[in-house]
Amino acid sequence: MHAESRIREPLIIGDKSYRQITDDIIRPIEGKANKYWYMLFTVSVLTFMWGIGCLAYTIGVGIGVWGSNNGVDWAWDITNFVWWIGIGHAGTLISAVLLLFRQKWRMAINRSAEAMTIFAVMCAAIFVLLHTGRPWLDYMLFPLPNQFGSLWPNFNSPLLWDVFAVSTYFTVSCVFWYIGLIPDFGMVRDRAIKPLSKKIYGLLSFGWGGGARHWSRFEEVSLVLAGLSTPLVFSVHSIVSFDFATSVVPGWHTTIFPPYFVSGAVFSGFAMVLTLMLIVRKVYSLEAYVTIKHIEYMNIVIIVTGSIVGVAYLTELFVAWYSGVEFEQYAFLNRATGPYWWAYWAMMTCNVISPQLFWFKKIRTSLVATFMLSIVVNIGMWFERFVIIVPTLCRTFVPGTWNMYHPTFVDIGIFVGTIGMFFTFFLLYARTFPVIAQAELKSILKASGEAQKKLAATQAHDSHAH
Amino acid sequence: MLEGCKKLRAQGIRIKDVFTPFPIHGIDPIIGVPRTRLAICAFLYGLTGTALATWMMWYMMVTDWPTDIGGKPSFEYFMAVPAFIPITFESAVFCAAHGLALTYLLRCWLVPGAKAKNPDPRTTDDKFMIYLELNDEQSVKAGEILTATGASEVNHKGTITEKEH
Repeated sequence: MHAESRIREPLIIGDKSYRQITDDIIRPIEGKANKYWYMLFTVSVLTFMWGIGCLAYTIGVGIGVWGSNNGVDWAWDITNFVWWIGIGHAGTLISAVLLLFRQKWRMAINRSAEAMTIFAVMCAAIFVLLHTGRPWLDYMLFPLPNQFGSLWPNFNSPLLWDVFAVSTYFTVSCVFWYIGLIPDFGMVRDRAIKPLSKKIYGLLSFGWGGGARHWSRFEEVSLVLAGLSTPLVFSVHSIVSFDFATSVVPGWHTTIFPPYFVSGAVFSGFAMVLTLMLIVRKVYSLEAYVTIKHIEYMNIVIIVTGSIVGVAYLTELFVAWYSGVEFEQYAFLNRATGPYWWAYWAMMTCNVISPQLFWFKKIRTSLVATFMLSIVVNIGMWFERFVIIVPTLCRTFVPGTWNMYHPTFVDIGIFVGTIGMFFTFFLLYARTFPVIAQAELKSILKASGEAQKKLAATQAHDSHAH
Repeated sequence: MLEGCKKLRAQGIRIKDVFTPFPIHGIDPIIGVPRTRLAICAFLYGLTGTALATWMMWYMMVTDWPTDIGGKPSFEYFMAVPAFIPITFESAVFCAAHGLALTYLLRCWLVPGAKAKNPDPRTTDDKFMIYLELNDEQSVKAGEILTATGASEVNHKGTITEKEH
């Protein structure tokens, strides 16, 4: 067993046994949903349906129903795409990067964070697939032999790199998530009493038994997948940033974009994990596993990444001034004081100023403050992508193309619809899947459980006394 | 349980398998489980992915239909190689991760519809089981060792001995 310092705060509160961990995590699956779940689910499904309606309308009538126009040809579609894919990054960061760094607090949140990743990437995919204008031709993005002659996609284009990066990211995240779920589905199967649920979880668990060889391979696979996912997650948002950075548009053509986008992604993703986990721990009474310490750790990640994002904003301003390039200078002047000044200052307030409040221990350990700030951060990060895209494109080189952008009800409908879809999937997940990786959690109970730590402390004390 | 395994091995009793709710670190050398070679597989799949992507982009962009995009021609592979690196990387990760996952699932025979491999359903909850295949004489000896090291149950099923605690 791995020993852990006694002064380190416990990750599992109270005197829990292995059986109690099983019971606590399986309760939402075996029990019935309460009325709050049904209320949330109804609202989510309705918004999801509204989104599907707007989506169908876009496909039926054409992309002209969006507010995008000749000047501002990328607008809410790409804003929402980058926002969603950024949110997804925290899941992989928690499950892969923190695994490599052997951070045990990840175990209480990695399952839900990965679920969030998968659902967020699905939402992101809707926007990229739609923004091509003719989504039924999206298969042409892949290098398939075709009847148009030797016409292949352009492998020099970052937009095509995105196709490969996002598809790899999505499928690898799904596999990573599922491999971790197999032992937990095994546990649900062995507990199930009703024949139908026994059958379903039996199928899902792939016949898991928990033999020593299987566990040994399981750990190796998790480690190697984490090693592969870590550079993958950095590559995905770097490539998303190349969509902008490899262009010659002032305000986009910047070398700091990859690290700036990646830290922004982690920043918004952790905020979303906090929003979701604060609800899940309350609704499912998982306070013993997702402790205040976990929330504090996540808030620390938010301060770090939020500060990197803040430095990136200031670097952009400094470089615009220092470079002496007037187009670059105008781009930033326009962002801060142009027609969309309010979006710029909303972004600055939400992303640079508000996370600094987490320097106060009182605030970063307060549930209410964390919940509110996590939503503020997500609003801010949405505005960041909006500020990068719309104000830039509404004032490009040729003043004749200068144009304002106004979202139509379809733009808003699809965006709100993806939020509905995200929560519909998350709520279904939370009712049917073990929301905490219980097998992993059991493995740290002896070292990091509160009662177990106290016991170890008394024993150590006794042995000193005699 | 590690203690029980060690004593059984010292008596020359072969441990067929151990079923636990979570991975027990350090048990593999005691019960004689060799280190898995899955990581080597992943590396080979990754190399395959790299080679596939390199060949694909060389064929499509250099051989089959060379194009000059933005004054940056790709008449030779090395001329455009920086632009090919992201997809080569993604392809390597794609093949390594999926190849690894498939190999793992097939090697352990974890497939939809497979029968549960644990002899007792409690081993995914909070029970730890040592699974032995023995003759009668060994069986009695094993039972004694296991009871002495604190086993909560010792079940004999024909020639099978099980221990849980």
